[in-house]
Amino acid sequence: MPAVLIENVHKSFGDLEVLKGVSVTVESGQVVALIGRSGSGKSTLLRCINGLEAINSGRIEVAGHVVDQDQKRLRELRKDVGIVFQSYNLFPHLTVGQNIMLSPRITQNVPTAQAEKLAKDVLAQVGLSEKFDSYPDNLSGGQQQRVAIARSLAMQPKVMLFDEVTSALDPELTGEVLLVMEKLAKDGMTMLLVTHEMAFARNVASTTIFMHQGKIWESGASKEVFANPQTPEMLNFVSAGAK
Amino acid sequence: MTTFGWPEAYFILRGASWTIALTVIAFVIGGLIGGVFAIMRLSRSKLLRRIAAGYILVIQSIPVLMVLFMSYYGLSAAGIELPPFLAASASLAIYASAYLAEIWRGSIESVPRQQWEASASLALTTPQQYRYIILPQAIRISLPPTVGFLVQLVKNTSIVQVVGFVDLMRAGMLVNNATYQAFQIFTLVGAIYFAICFPLSRLSRHLEKVMNASRSH
Repeated sequence: MPAVLIENVHKSFGDLEVLKGVSVTVESGQVVALIGRSGSGKSTLLRCINGLEAINSGRIEVAGHVVDQDQKRLRELRKDVGIVFQSYNLFPHLTVGQNIMLSPRITQNVPTAQAEKLAKDVLAQVGLSEKFDSYPDNLSGGQQQRVAIARSLAMQPKVMLFDEVTSALDPELTGEVLLVMEKLAKDGMTMLLVTHEMAFARNVASTTIFMHQGKIWESGASKEVFANPQTPEMLNFVSAGAK
Repeated sequence: MTTFGWPEAYFILRGASWTIALTVIAFVIGGLIGGVFAIMRLSRSKLLRRIAAGYILVIQSIPVLMVLFMSYYGLSAAGIELPPFLAASASLAIYASAYLAEIWRGSIESVPRQQWEASASLALTTPQQYRYIILPQAIRISLPPTVGFLVQLVKNTSIVQVVGFVDLMRAGMLVNNATYQAFQIFTLVGAIYFAICFPLSRLSRHLEKVMNASRSH
């Protein structure tokens, strides 16, 4: 069974149709990059996968859960599917450790001592062990984003979604975040990422999907897709540097 | 004719203690009701949202004096006699609830939408989102305007004199009727209102500064 199965998904905001029949299959352990211009629907597609946006028609299955708007089923799904946002979205009133431990403790009933160990483990994974007691405001953007990744990892997800996670960062800070993601990919995490980092898509993602006007315009093995764009839109997008 | 002396000053101070008692009761009970209405205003249910919006609209659109008349004279005409203190507390609590509901709704809404999304994505239920993520942030935001409203409430308690309840203002008027030393008496009354409200105003201003300083992004 694929880790993510998206079948003929349509999604509109009012009169604006942003997804016009999108189908994607992601196998377990695969890393898939979604690229395309702003407004091509890639972020919306990602947000549909964990139910932050409701789809109008079609079908999405992820980690064995069917995505619909039933709140109880959505919570079960979200325990298995982590998401990291462009704007980090850490909880500013909680320390780094509390940010990470909150959900395991209250949604999965992990005992405090064990949650603490879990939090320290995932923080070590993103290289921020010493920040356990810091508040988000005292961290750099790159550090905050790594904490956000750690917070998702503490849920022990089967699939991770990344929504333009380096777009809000200064260029010198994107590297540390991408490095963490690359390590995750190598460890076999199933990942879907919306990104403007073309080098990362080409080198780390096994598959790249180019979206255009709410449709999948072109997709395939990353190296192939970047080396031989089949459509003028993809060719334009890639040659424009698309940063 | 009596002159203004210690017994009269003491009488005024007792009035002041009733003013404080009324304020505290109206704030606590009004706060509880207001909290419920604030959450209802933000509920997923359209019906709950409408009920809460309707309540707030009506209460904010009529003078609090009218609420007081209704609960004292109106109910008494209908055969329910409320003692002045009860009628006064209830009216002020109703008044406070509508304003606090709006202050708190605004505070909850000013917590960024992304905080809802991030906590939902971590599988929290709506009550858990409120308890652990939204309310702790909303309460901080709401502190300055809430304390500011408390100052208004202290001053507005003076309307309860119309149902014969002896608060600070009414105590001053009674003493004046007996002594005709209006200047001394109302200077004292004013000074007491000031002594209650000024620290609150300062607190509100201080909280605002602290909030702004700690909200670095």
